[in-house]
Amino acid sequence: MDDNSFDKNSKAGRERRKRNIALALALGGVVILFYLMSIVQWHENTSQ
Amino acid sequence: MAVIDETLSYPRVTTVGDFFALLKPRVMSLVVFTGLAGIIVAPGHVHLLTAFTALLCIALAAGASGALNMAYDSDIDIVMARTATRPIPMGHVARGDAMTFGWAIAAMSVATMWLFVNTLAAGLLAFTVFFYVVVYTLGLKRRTPQNIVIGGLAGALPPAIGWAAVTGSLSLAPIVLVAIIFMWTPPHFWALSLWRCEDYARAGVPMLPVVKGKTSTRRHIFAYTVLLAPLGVVPAFIGLGGMLYLILSASMGFWMLLEAFATLRERDEVREPAAKRLFGVSLLYVFVPFTALIVERLLHLPALWT
Repeated sequence: MDDNSFDKNSKAGRERRKRNIALALALGGVVILFYLMSIVQWHENTSQ
Repeated sequence: MAVIDETLSYPRVTTVGDFFALLKPRVMSLVVFTGLAGIIVAPGHVHLLTAFTALLCIALAAGASGALNMAYDSDIDIVMARTATRPIPMGHVARGDAMTFGWAIAAMSVATMWLFVNTLAAGLLAFTVFFYVVVYTLGLKRRTPQNIVIGGLAGALPPAIGWAAVTGSLSLAPIVLVAIIFMWTPPHFWALSLWRCEDYARAGVPMLPVVKGKTSTRRHIFAYTVLLAPLGVVPAFIGLGGMLYLILSASMGFWMLLEAFATLRERDEVREPAAKRLFGVSLLYVFVPFTALIVERLLHLPALWT
C-alpha cells in the first residue's frame, strides 16, 4: 500500500500528517540541542 | 509504512502514539529516574544543559532498547496476554519499521552522549543497549531461567551512566547503586512471573516458575530479598546517603522482606495476592530510597558517613 494513495482528509491521511509533524519537531529539537550544546562546549573550552 | 488492519475500513497508518508505545514509556520512566539520581548525587558540576542531554540520551537509549526488544520478541508477544496488545502484535507497526526506529534512536543517543557528554558515559550507554538487546533479548531470554538475573544488569546501569556523565569516571558509590537495582530486579520480575506463569509457559519463555516451579521461585524471591535489604542501606555507610536515606531504605527493605516472606508462604496459586503486593512494594523500593538520595543532595543534607 502506497502512503501517497491516502486522501489527505481521511483519518489515515490525518494520522500520517501528525506523524510527519512529530518527526519534524523531533529533528528540529535535535538540531536546536546540538546547536546549544556546541555553544556550551565552546564556552567551557574558552573559559578554561 | 501503512499496515493493513482487516478490522478497519481504511488502511491503518502507524501513528505517533504507536511509535511512542514502542519506547516502553513506563520502563523508560524508571530508567530516567535512576539515571537522574546518578546525575544529581554524583560529586562535581556540569552545565544544566549537559545534564539534560545526558538524561535525554539515557531515556532515548532505554526507549530504543524497548523498541528493539518488542521487534525481536514480536513472535512471543503475540501469544502472551500481557504483551498481545503491543503495537507489533496488534499490527499497528511493522516489525522492520520498529527495528529501524530502535537502532536509529540507539545510535543517535550513543553518538550524542559521546559528542556532548563524555566517552565513558557513551560507552556505558552503548554497553547497556547491547546487553539488553543482544545478550538478554536475543541470547538469554529464551534459553535460561537465569535470564532476568543476568539481563537485569542492563536495567541496573543508568545510575552509573548518570554518575559517569557528571564525573567522567566511576567509583564505589555508583557501583553500589547499580548493585542495588541488579539485586532488586529478580524478585521484582519473579513476583510478576508467579501470576503470569501460564503466559510465559505458552510462549515458551523459560521463566523460573515455568522451569523450576512456583515453590522454588518463592524461595529464590525470598533469598534475593534477604540479600537486597542489607545492600540497600550500604549507600548510607559509604558517604552517599544521609539519615533520611538510611531510615527510608531500611524501612522499605524491611517491608519488602515482609512481602517476600508472605509470598514464600502463599498458598493461593491462582490469584497470587502476596506476589502482586510484593510487585507493588518492589516498585516503591526503587522510588523511595532513590528519592531520598536526590532530596538529601538537593537540600545539601550531610551524608551519614564521610
